Amino acid sequence: MELVLNEEQTMLAESVNSFVKDNSPITRFRKLRDENDPLGYSKELWKQMADLGWTAILFQEEDGGLGLGMAETVIVTEAMGRNLMPEPYLSSIMLAGQALSLGGSPELKEKWLTPIISGDSVLTVAYQEKMMRYHLYRGATKAEKTSGAYRINGEKVQVLDGNGADAIIVSARTSGNDGDAEGLTLFLVPKDTAGLTVIRQSRVDCRNLAIVQLNDVEVPETNIIGEVGKGGELLSRVVDDATVALCGEMLGGMSFAFDRMLGYMKERVQFNVVIGSFQALKHRAARMFMEVELTRSVVMAAARAIDENDPNKEILIATAKARCSDAYVAVTNEAVQILGGIGMTDEEDIGFYMKRARAAEMAFGDAAYHKDRFASLKGY
Amino acid sequence: MADLQEFRQSVRSWLEANAPKTLRGKVTDLTFTYSGGRKGKPPHPDCIPWLNMMAERGWTIPFWPKEYGGGGLDKQETKILQEEMLRLELPPPLSGMGITMIGPTVLQYGTEEQKKLYIPQIVKGEIRWCQGYSEPNAGSDLANIQTKAIVDGDDYIVNGQKIWTSGGNESDWIFMLVRTNPNVKKQAGITFLLCDLETEGIEVRPIKLISGASIFCEVFFEDVRVPRNQILNRVDGGWEVARALLGHERTMIAGLGSRPAAPTAEDRVEAAAKKNIGLENGKIADEVIRSRMAQVQIDESSFKLTVQRNSDNMKAGHRPGPESSIFKIYGTELNQRREELLLSIFGPECLGWEGDGFDAKELELCRTWLRSRGNTLEGGSSEIQLNIIAKQVLNLPD
Repeated sequence: MELVLNEEQTMLAESVNSFVKDNSPITRFRKLRDENDPLGYSKELWKQMADLGWTAILFQEEDGGLGLGMAETVIVTEAMGRNLMPEPYLSSIMLAGQALSLGGSPELKEKWLTPIISGDSVLTVAYQEKMMRYHLYRGATKAEKTSGAYRINGEKVQVLDGNGADAIIVSARTSGNDGDAEGLTLFLVPKDTAGLTVIRQSRVDCRNLAIVQLNDVEVPETNIIGEVGKGGELLSRVVDDATVALCGEMLGGMSFAFDRMLGYMKERVQFNVVIGSFQALKHRAARMFMEVELTRSVVMAAARAIDENDPNKEILIATAKARCSDAYVAVTNEAVQILGGIGMTDEEDIGFYMKRARAAEMAFGDAAYHKDRFASLKGY
Repeated sequence: MADLQEFRQSVRSWLEANAPKTLRGKVTDLTFTYSGGRKGKPPHPDCIPWLNMMAERGWTIPFWPKEYGGGGLDKQETKILQEEMLRLELPPPLSGMGITMIGPTVLQYGTEEQKKLYIPQIVKGEIRWCQGYSEPNAGSDLANIQTKAIVDGDDYIVNGQKIWTSGGNESDWIFMLVRTNPNVKKQAGITFLLCDLETEGIEVRPIKLISGASIFCEVFFEDVRVPRNQILNRVDGGWEVARALLGHERTMIAGLGSRPAAPTAEDRVEAAAKKNIGLENGKIADEVIRSRMAQVQIDESSFKLTVQRNSDNMKAGHRPGPESSIFKIYGTELNQRREELLLSIFGPECLGWEGDGFDAKELELCRTWLRSRGNTLEGGSSEIQLNIIAKQVLNLPD
């Protein structure tokens, strides 16, 4: 693998960066937060991004995609992450879109993946349950077979972009024991299905999160993604790709936080000099710079490992998420410390990044989870 | 193209016919490193004919100009030669500060006479060079050097002391910084001198380190007479030369190509942990150690990928990015953390100094751990590296 952007990737980075800069400065995120926007993002802006082709990157050409890879995907998520752009890339593209792309029947793809790519529909995947931590195969949601259909009961939490989603892909146990990969099944549940309730949650990072309640929700067999009982495997694959996309976002976010910290060090005067002239602070900034540089390398490597189906790809995914989790938290913590009292105020943007760092750290497994995974994959 | 293929063919058959069979397959074995010189012992007797046959063609530094004894090869030919040497897994015939540091600096700053004198000797590995920079009161504050050179006719008289001179006791010549003007800004009164260590008045004393080894020396100068024509660049123009030398070192190491790493079936840390701690249900039985292992390996992988990103970036024709500024500090700190982790994994068995009751690996670990503490000091301490990043990369003010 080559850890350098080719010409097309450089052009993509330039156009996404300038789009995000023009259309979604951090003031926009603040406004959505202040107005308590029910969606937390803009359908119009999302449609524009789709028109530019960025929602199509990962999907195969026969499905209406561009047939590109994760190397391009992380370019988009990094640019979005810099300005905390909240459009539903992780939920609709990386989770729901990828699940449909990898496991959906031709009919499901036509009905749901096509409008996902065109930006006309937003879908998400609901797998998280209360107290499940990072174990994808745990949870109390069950699906019982009826004639030609399944009846689902259970409750999912912290479902990303669940509010306003046109359909929600739900993981539910159809056989086997809690914690087994085998026996989980993914069901696509359209938003108007009887027994489906979506309740808004308010999370520290101000993103669109929802509780999804399923009370005797009837879903036809044709809405199963992949095979019955094989949803665990599919979910795990989808979450791995989404993890790397999230790593791109985290890299962008920590780069912004680092730049904000560095900028403040050059403007804030105390003792008649800018505080960036103090060696104690210089060294802290230099250490954070190293973290950001190391993170960029592992994110690029993990993305390319997926694209090239590298035998070490899982190890690199674990490496990337462990590093991103630690680094994003460390950089934002340092930034708040160096911004001092200003960093503690709501008026200053850095707090948004510190909050998002924690939410991102805990999405798809935190640093400890991925270090444990790394060790197990290494055979110790 | 046809010419290049012909060149490759001729290099291949010449190497196959002449390169010592005993050295083939030794490219990854770093003990097969030969720095030449009058005092140096080759790691294998055949290193000497290997050096001589390559030096005769100027191929110890294939891309240096022919008129000074270099190979005169262009980029593509150099690459072919390197590939053909790698094909037979031959170690480089010559390494050391002569070819990576002082040679290219003489080519840049030397007079015609100096180039004609020194470069052929460097190409042939006839003299081994060491670096006389640090002094007892000029470590991180290198410009503070006090070793004095005072003009006396056609000579300069040098008095003072250098310290932390790597390989001083095995070298023939020293390139050094001396104070020629004490009345100007520190950097502006320094001159770059070349000096034969056999000159009268020089004494080289090895320094015994905490690891028991003596890889560094003190070099004392008492009324040492150095002819004026051994000054590189102008008098008081030495600081510029010292800075240029650093740049040459990086480019030369890149240009000569790094030796491929020896294939290791299993990481040193993993092997040690399995032996000394053992697995329980497939996991290292000590959870805290297991977690430290994962952290060190994740950091190692991140570091290697960053080095790769830098090199891929340059291969693609871009200028080196800011990431290269972290290599020295991160690489050395990582090495120290790995050594410390190994101590924890070995437990009390790592404490052996010598003799009975400890096996060879245990005794070696104790020494490599102690040695590693110097990594963040030599070649610009970690604190200096952080200053450099802050100033040159982050543009933070003084």
